[in-house]
Amino acid sequence: MNFFSRAFPMPSHSLMLLIVWLMINSTVSLGHILLGTVLAIAIPLLCAPLRVPQSGIKKPLKALLYVFVVLKDIVVANLQVALLVLGPLRKIKPGFVAVPLDLPDTLPITVLASTVTMTPGTVSADVSKDQKWLYVHVLDMPDNEQEVIDLIKNRYESRIKEIFEC
Amino acid sequence: MSFAVELTISVLLLIGGLFVLVGSVGLLRLQDLYVRLHAPTKATTLGLGGILIGSMVYMFHLQGHVSINELLITLFLVITAPVTAHILAKAALHNQVDTMERTRNKHLIATAREQLPPEKNGQSKEKT
Repeated sequence: MNFFSRAFPMPSHSLMLLIVWLMINSTVSLGHILLGTVLAIAIPLLCAPLRVPQSGIKKPLKALLYVFVVLKDIVVANLQVALLVLGPLRKIKPGFVAVPLDLPDTLPITVLASTVTMTPGTVSADVSKDQKWLYVHVLDMPDNEQEVIDLIKNRYESRIKEIFEC
Repeated sequence: MSFAVELTISVLLLIGGLFVLVGSVGLLRLQDLYVRLHAPTKATTLGLGGILIGSMVYMFHLQGHVSINELLITLFLVITAPVTAHILAKAALHNQVDTMERTRNKHLIATAREQLPPEKNGQSKEKT
């Protein structure tokens, strides 16, 4: 057991590396499985000292559901932004908002910031050092900026909280 | 290749191309860096998605099995696109890039640069 955890400091990462390697080469030939295995052992060994301990995904099903919610939002975001960009520019009212964060760890915050960037008219710009505030640039701000904050908190943050159980 | 397959692939490619074009048009038309960031991060994801699905349909028809490379491209795109946008916005904050006149809550730029929590009285300052 001790040997195993030393040889594979990140077992799930090793497995993913091997699978992605085989996917990139789109083959399951013995040569590539061997090469992929070597990479899957060597890369985690090199990267393990750099790792910051993270809370893992506790509810994989909820995570999958979250992916679909975000995918749907990305499609809607694309259409909205396309219409805004092609329409009269006078109508665009940009602005910054600071969203109070309620997530304790860096990985959930990263997931939230990435989601914010991919979804309707918002780009995450920075996180405060105490990890309590996410600065967001909004392409077309509604008159009441609380709407944007509520959307991010209710639609995404609450779901991320459930996934990571924090 | 049957007409239906050709039509599907063409429609997907056209939709994809259209959205990538819209992303580029946005990059050209919009007025400051932050607003410009929105066009390529959003419109391009769907544009590339359309082109990739088109490519998958084509490869499926040609080889008889689903080609996985397109899925990987999507995966890497979804991982890297937000990070790039975030770093660009962060760099812009630190360089104090000019914002559009009517950008609201400009006072947040100052605290965001220092990665400090926003000031509580910022709201009242903005109104004046």
